[in-house]
This record gives sequence, C-alpha cells and structure tokens, in this order.
Amino acid sequence: MLVTALLSGLVLGGTYALVAMGLTLQYGIARIMNLAYGEVVIAAAFLAYTLFTAWGISPVAGLLIAAPAGFALGYVIYGVMMRPLVARAWDKASLEIDSILATFGLLFVIQGVLLVVFGANFTSYSYLNVAVNVLGTTLAANRLLAFVLAAVFAGGLYLLLTRTLWGTALRAVSVAPGSAPLVGIDVDRAARMAFALGGALAAAGGVVISMYQTFTATSGVVFTMKALIVVIMGGVGNILGALSAGLILGVVETFVATYLDPGLTLAATYAIFLVVLLWRPSGLFGRIAR
Amino acid sequence: MKTFRRRQVLRTTALAAIMLAAGIANPASAQDRKSVKIGYAISKTGPNAGGAGITTLPNYQLWIKDVNDAGGLELPDGSKLPIEVVEYDDRSSSEEVVRAVERLATQDEVDFMLVPWGTGFNLAVAPLFDRYGYPQLAVSAVTDKAPQFVQRWKKSFWMLGGGHDYAKALAAILAEAGKTGAINNRVAMVSVADGFGIDLVTAARPAFEETGIEVVYDKTYPVGTSDFSPMINEAKASGADTFVAFSYPPDTFALTQQAQVASFNPKVLYLGVGTGFPAYGKNNGENATGIMSLGGIDPNNQANTDYRKRHEAVTGTAPDYWGSVITYASLQMLQEAIKRKGLDREAVSAELASGTFQTVVGETRFEDNQLRTLWWTGQWQNGTFVGVAPGDRAGVSKVVLPRPEWKQN
Repeated sequence: MLVTALLSGLVLGGTYALVAMGLTLQYGIARIMNLAYGEVVIAAAFLAYTLFTAWGISPVAGLLIAAPAGFALGYVIYGVMMRPLVARAWDKASLEIDSILATFGLLFVIQGVLLVVFGANFTSYSYLNVAVNVLGTTLAANRLLAFVLAAVFAGGLYLLLTRTLWGTALRAVSVAPGSAPLVGIDVDRAARMAFALGGALAAAGGVVISMYQTFTATSGVVFTMKALIVVIMGGVGNILGALSAGLILGVVETFVATYLDPGLTLAATYAIFLVVLLWRPSGLFGRIAR
Repeated sequence: MKTFRRRQVLRTTALAAIMLAAGIANPASAQDRKSVKIGYAISKTGPNAGGAGITTLPNYQLWIKDVNDAGGLELPDGSKLPIEVVEYDDRSSSEEVVRAVERLATQDEVDFMLVPWGTGFNLAVAPLFDRYGYPQLAVSAVTDKAPQFVQRWKKSFWMLGGGHDYAKALAAILAEAGKTGAINNRVAMVSVADGFGIDLVTAARPAFEETGIEVVYDKTYPVGTSDFSPMINEAKASGADTFVAFSYPPDTFALTQQAQVASFNPKVLYLGVGTGFPAYGKNNGENATGIMSLGGIDPNNQANTDYRKRHEAVTGTAPDYWGSVITYASLQMLQEAIKRKGLDREAVSAELASGTFQTVVGETRFEDNQLRTLWWTGQWQNGTFVGVAPGDRAGVSKVVLPRPEWKQN
C-alpha cells in the first residue's frame, strides 16, 4: 500500500514537474512572468490530438513536432512581444508588471484562436493507456512516460545549465542581468533562448498530458496555476527545484487521498505550499532575493 | 445649488425622453414587425463552455436554422416571421449571465429568451425571467426543488428532473440485480465536491439505505482532480460489486481510463456527466458496453434518430445522450406554443403549462411545470446509450448486468 501510494504519487508529481519546468526557465532566466503558459500547453495538446486522430501520428512522434514548434513560437513571441518590453523596462519590477499584462492579453488571443478552431468541447483520446507493473504497483504507461520525460528533461537541462559555457551564461543572466554584459554575454539572446526553451518544454508537457487528461480550449489557466505553485515552491529559475517541488506535491496529494480523504488533496497542496514558503521564503532551491 | 438643479433638469428630460420613446416605439414595432427577436446568454468561454458547447448551443443553432429555413416562426394567423438572434457570451460567470439576461429583457427587448446552461445559472436568472414575464424552459438544470421553484416563479419549467429521481432509479436497479444474485449489495461511491456531485450523492445515500444497499466507500474529491488511482485502489479493495461516481466530464473520462489501467472491473460501473457524450462512446468503443449513467434514449424512436442525424449534419458534432434531445424538444414546444398563441408571453406560458406537444422525444407535456417523462438511467449497449429506467416507460431497454470486463487494447 505504501509503495503503491508512493509510486502513484511520484508519477502524478512527474506531470506537475513536467509542466512547471518551462515556466521556471521563462520566469527565472528571461524574467517574463508568462500567464499564457498554460495556453501553450493546451495548444500543444490540441496539436497532438489532431496529429493522432487525423493522421494517426502517435503522440510520442508528435513530441518531435510539438517541441520544435513550441520553441519557434516562444522565440517569435519573445522577439515580437517581449523584446520591446525588456528594452523599455528600467527595473525588474516594471518588467514583471509589463510582462504580466502583455501575456494576460496573449492568453486570450491563443484561447480565442483555439476556441474558433476546435470549439469549446471536451477533448480527449486514449494513447498508451496500458498497465505497467512497477514493483508490484500498476501504473498507467502514459503517466509513467510523463514522469520519465520530466526526469530526463530535468536531468538534461540541469547538466546543460551547470556543465556548459552556454548554460553558465544563461545562469549568469538569471543571477545578474545587469552585470552579465560586462563579461561579454548577450543578455537579449540568452533571455530569448531561455524563453524559447520554456516554450518547447510547455509544448512537450502539453503533448504528454493530452494522452491521459481531458482538456478544453479554456483549461490552460489550470495548468498555469499549478505550474506557478510548483515554480514558486521550487525556487524561481531552478530546474531541480521544479522537479522536486512537483514530485513532493504529487506524493503529498496521493498520500492524503489514500490515507486521509480525497477531499483534502487541494487543502494539502496549499498547506505544503505554505509550509515551504514559511520555512524557505524563496523556495526549496531558491536564493535569497537581494 | 445651481449644478444640482441642472442635473435634476437633465434627469427629468432624459426620463421623459425615454418614456416618450418607449410609448412611441412599442405600438410601432407591433404593427410592422419584420422578425421575432430571440435572445440568449450562453457560456461560450470559461469552464462551462465545454458543457454548453455540447448540450445547449448546438441545439439553439440547429433550431434557429430549422425554423428560418422553413420560412420562420409561424403565428396563429398563419403568417411566418424569421428569427432574429441576440446572443451574449456569459463567460461562465454568474454575474455576467444575470447582466446579459437583464440587458436582453430591458435594452434588446427580445420577444423570447432561451436559457443559459447549468443548474446554477438557471437559478441565477430565474428571478429575472419571472420579473420581466418571460417563460423559462430550464433544460440543463437538475434540481429536486423544482416543485417549490414552480410556486415561486410561475413561468418557470424544469425539464431534467432532480437528483432523487436519478438516485432512486439507480438504487432500484441495484436492488433488483442484488435479489437475483447477479451482484452483491455493496457499493463504493465517489463524488465531485461541487453542485452536481453534492446533489446526487445526498440523494443517493438515503436511496441506497432504503433499498438495503450497503455503502462501503463514500468519498468526495475536489473539482479538477486528475489522478483517481487512490480512490480506484480503495474501491477495488472494498469488495463492492458496484462502483458509482457522480463525476464531471473530465473526471468521467479519467476514471474510465484509470479503471482500465488498474484492471478494476466492478460488475456495475455508473459514472456521471460525460458518459453520454459522443466522444465517450467513440473513445472507449467496445469497452463502453455496460457502463451506466444518467439519461439515455429510446433507440427505436424514429424522430429522435432523425434528429441525431440532422444535429450531426448541421452542427458538425453529435448530440449527447442526455440533455441534448430535451433541449431541442423544449425549443419545439416553444415554437408550437407561439404558433398556437402568438407572441403574447403570458398566453404562451399558459399554453406551455397546459398543452400537449409533438416533439423529437414523442408526445410531451408538463406536469406541474415539470417534464417527468425522462430516462433516469441509461446504459451503453451496442454502441448506443439506451434508457433502462424507468422500466415501465415505452421503448425501455433491458439492463444488462454484469458488465463485461475491460478488453485490453
């Protein structure tokens, strides 16, 4: 029972982490609080749905289409919409406010396009909905895939950010955007790269989630909210923080549902969020803000 | 002092102008009217858009097209007037739906109003429909309080029954199957902690107790829950032959998928809203067989079959198996009442309350302003969601228990 709850929790948390990682990059490095993040997730989910139902392309192959598309979308959005805001912002706070307002508008643009194209109906399809036995616990293959992808992405990005020069530059921008140019880092390019990478992660998350979760054109905000909790809890801009915060949330929810009452899962989510923030105001892996 | 007086004057002038305009406009529009104005507020965006987009809006569009293609709404003198539509998006907010309905009544001055989607929204606008004298044919509203509402709002009509009706029908089916030994008398039950789930589960608890059914697992979960494996594992371990979930569409889809993964094979599987959606049958194919829920249709009713075909051809989506056909029937009743009584809302309401109408669900009439000939329980059989209760209604299908085990694909 304990192992079952733990494994189900980890797998559920994998979904949370997967969705949150892109947002943590966008917010932490590009310093854009992207409220339209969930809409990109949903757009990718619709893309995977269309590929699967209309052309029979499996969602796993769909990842190879959606992730680059998400990257391109992020790249273009940053260039067209965010770049002017960054250029005119005189400090971090004003950029945050501007980006929140701009992406709030973007949220409705993407949502409107999705509504026109796909309508408001509940959409779902079934893929990889087969049982996989792990240590005597039955798990759904599609959810396990989400967990594995989250772990792979987190590990890969962590290595990329800590072990390569390029990643170090990104982190430098995240830590001290004002000083980074002094050592020859193109801050604009780095931020744009991080934002685009976040878009690719959002798209990948959307494709995986579409395999097992019912979605509508208007359900993006749910993902943004959950991702935001994970990002703040894990420490803004920290990939491993997002992964561990996501997993913690998943495990706590499952344990509460199993041993206490399924009705308390939401309360537990926010309770653990509160506890973490009281204990570490800048998140599990966050630095103390100056 | 001076400004105050000027404002007073302005206000009086404005009031006078409005009164005059109203006085002139009304008789004029009655004489040479070119169309019948029909207005509605519906959730086109927001969390309710999913439900409204399946059950309500396509039927409004289909009906308006049907009527206008036939030359318009027929009046008692045989003349026909086309429908002019005024549509608002309530953005799934109850403040917005109230504002939109108020606007439809006072500014757009529509002749008739169609209802919004959802129990809460229908209740929110009921006082307005009543105050402005519009008949309210509330379809996607499940409430046990309909008899009281009818007393309070005389022109309100409630067309989808109440939680007790559905719960009692289910309890009767389970008790019957228990007597034959097909299933044991234990039930595991989960429900969403929101309007629909709360209503149904509070009705189900006493209904199960009365019929001697033992509820061994009874939990609620918050809206937006996506992982049901803890609940499924508990239900599986409880030894109950029956699993009941009063769930919302995303939960219904998720429960079905996750029950398959967990090889959870209750002999009776009863799920909530969404089971009757066309996508549900399409996604689950043969695995849907035997799953029960609210609603259903009579597969041999030709009018209904034709309606389903036309719905799909015109709107591009298939209707659901619960509220859709009732929505269309409610519009046909309104259309027929207008044909008999004209555009006088008072007379139309009286006709709706007392008349008998031919609709896509057959002969339809209200008892105490409520539609009571409904399918309380349905079951997926051979790719169609058929009505299995009440058992004495014409066109009923026989309930098949136990349901077959999942076929792993």
